[in-house]
Amino acid sequence: MTTLSITHSKRIVASLARTLALACYVVFALFPIYWLGKIALTPSKELFKNGTAWWPDSTTFEHFTTVVLHTDFLVFFQNSMIVSVSTAFFVTLFASAAGYAFSRFQFRGKNIAIFVMLLTQMFPLLMLIAPIYRIVSGLGLHNSLTSLIIVYTAFNIPFATFLMQSFFDGIPRDLEDAAMIDGCTRFQALRRIVFPLTLPGMAATLGFVFTAAWSELLFALMLIDSNEKMTFPSGLLNFVSKFGVDWGQMMAAGILALIPSCLFFIFIQRYLVQGLTSGAVKG
Amino acid sequence: MAEISFSNLSKNYGSIEVLRNINLYIKDGEFIVLVGPSGCGKSTLLRLIAGLETITGGEISIGSQIVNDLEPRDRDLSMIFQSYALYPHMDVARNMGFSLEIRKENKDKRQSLVAKAAKTLGLEDYLDRLPKALSGGQRQRVAMGRAIVRKPRAFLFDEPLSNLDAALRIGMRFEIAKLHQKLGATMIYVTHDQVEAMTLADRIVVMNAGEIEQVGTPIDLYEQPQTLFVAKFIGSPSMNIVPASQSDDGIELPGGKTVKPGGWSKNLNPVQLGFRPEHLSLVEIGKADCTGKAIVTEHLGSDTFVYVDVKGWDPVIVRQRGNSNIQSGTELGISFDTSRLYMFAKDGKTIRGTDT
Repeated sequence: MTTLSITHSKRIVASLARTLALACYVVFALFPIYWLGKIALTPSKELFKNGTAWWPDSTTFEHFTTVVLHTDFLVFFQNSMIVSVSTAFFVTLFASAAGYAFSRFQFRGKNIAIFVMLLTQMFPLLMLIAPIYRIVSGLGLHNSLTSLIIVYTAFNIPFATFLMQSFFDGIPRDLEDAAMIDGCTRFQALRRIVFPLTLPGMAATLGFVFTAAWSELLFALMLIDSNEKMTFPSGLLNFVSKFGVDWGQMMAAGILALIPSCLFFIFIQRYLVQGLTSGAVKG
Repeated sequence: MAEISFSNLSKNYGSIEVLRNINLYIKDGEFIVLVGPSGCGKSTLLRLIAGLETITGGEISIGSQIVNDLEPRDRDLSMIFQSYALYPHMDVARNMGFSLEIRKENKDKRQSLVAKAAKTLGLEDYLDRLPKALSGGQRQRVAMGRAIVRKPRAFLFDEPLSNLDAALRIGMRFEIAKLHQKLGATMIYVTHDQVEAMTLADRIVVMNAGEIEQVGTPIDLYEQPQTLFVAKFIGSPSMNIVPASQSDDGIELPGGKTVKPGGWSKNLNPVQLGFRPEHLSLVEIGKADCTGKAIVTEHLGSDTFVYVDVKGWDPVIVRQRGNSNIQSGTELGISFDTSRLYMFAKDGKTIRGTDT
């Protein structure tokens, strides 16, 4: 009886410890976002009065309205949207096609292609900035959203291809064989059988690339000069002036910029979960 | 329905030869089982028939048509996979009717054909379920349903029962046999399980290292194996094989006696001797051809397998009808049925005696 209650209480302690550890992690991870929200809601006058208080004496939405109505925020937002959605779309398209080929076909030069793609992942971006700047200027694409879309797409394709390849590897070949015997062409088998089963993988890739493009700063700073072409991360620097930083507005803009990423993940979340749990064949 | 034939068929992957010189004629409506150890090329042969792999040399014809370059979808065959290969995002009815959907059959016809197949296989209650909500046996039934809905020219089975547990496997084996009787279709069935091969086949094709070793009815293969490989592969437990040395009076046995297999003559020079467990009998030591000690006895209820340690040989298995009460360590006398002894030459071929 005593041993039983000892194990029982041990189990409770273990479960409490687990919950506590998780809670600590969640607090740690979400704290910057809380701070972002807190400052965004604090009136400018009180910003430096309260020090590090948990919550300001009074709150206001004035930063949000200023950001939306009196700054270029909406332009940045729109540019970021165009760049991120286009990049995510093109990367997923190319990476799916390449991933399928790597997963299903044996062809001459396959290993070299894989090696070169891996190689591109080995260089630090800083090394590549100067040559890319030269190439983009040479093509007359400097200060255009197209240049960002092309560069982001090029940099995201290798990793996305490996990601998609692993999703295709997870779909048994037997399914395509069965479809082809049932009367499909290879393309029909791809469209009617493989494609619906890879949707979770594509959603994951879309989400990953969208977020990466949404928050990219280095190339955005380098390749874009004018305010009307700036994406959100570089635009955020506009809140820093010679005379000071407008913290309230910067944080409000940050909060607003989080919304698309969050919505995107809520939307693809069910595909992600489904992708990990669908039992395709045996079992 | 169709006959299928191969002539001089070969398949290479680069420099690796997977199949060579395959010649076989399969009659319309015949149940052919391809059997052999893993890596012998039996599944590759099936995939060549289906068109999922391209052949390197020779010809395959289905009916009177040479199909070497025909796409899988134009061959009008059905295939049942070991993994079932059900489309996970479609319910059972749609899985079964998929081939008709692709061929743009109208919905009413599709539904009636699916319903008919579902009735044959006892799947009526599962038509709106997804594959993941079915048991292994049910999934394999759906795979069979998908195959029969279309009335193909022939059915191909790729180790369809290997993923099922033993009891279910026997049940499904029976179902497949019934299906063959009912449809009378040509069926080609790949397995590594020789019991499945023996029970289902009209004719068995034993394959080894990319070649056909022997083709024949199950009883032919059991009674007249042409090679040592077939002799060992067919029959369960498999044939006892022991080294043979010849004297003037026959083949020498441990303990000094000799035995003369049916059709024995002096110039045969076999290097190995084979005898099936069911063709040995346990007799009094005085009357025995040779003796040994019982090591292990396996009781199956209907039969008892006694493993006997005979000096100089690997353990010999003796099959006893019913429940035999032999303790391990007991000294036993073994007697041979000389008409059921097999002799094998150095090249692995069976030596046929003069009067057989």
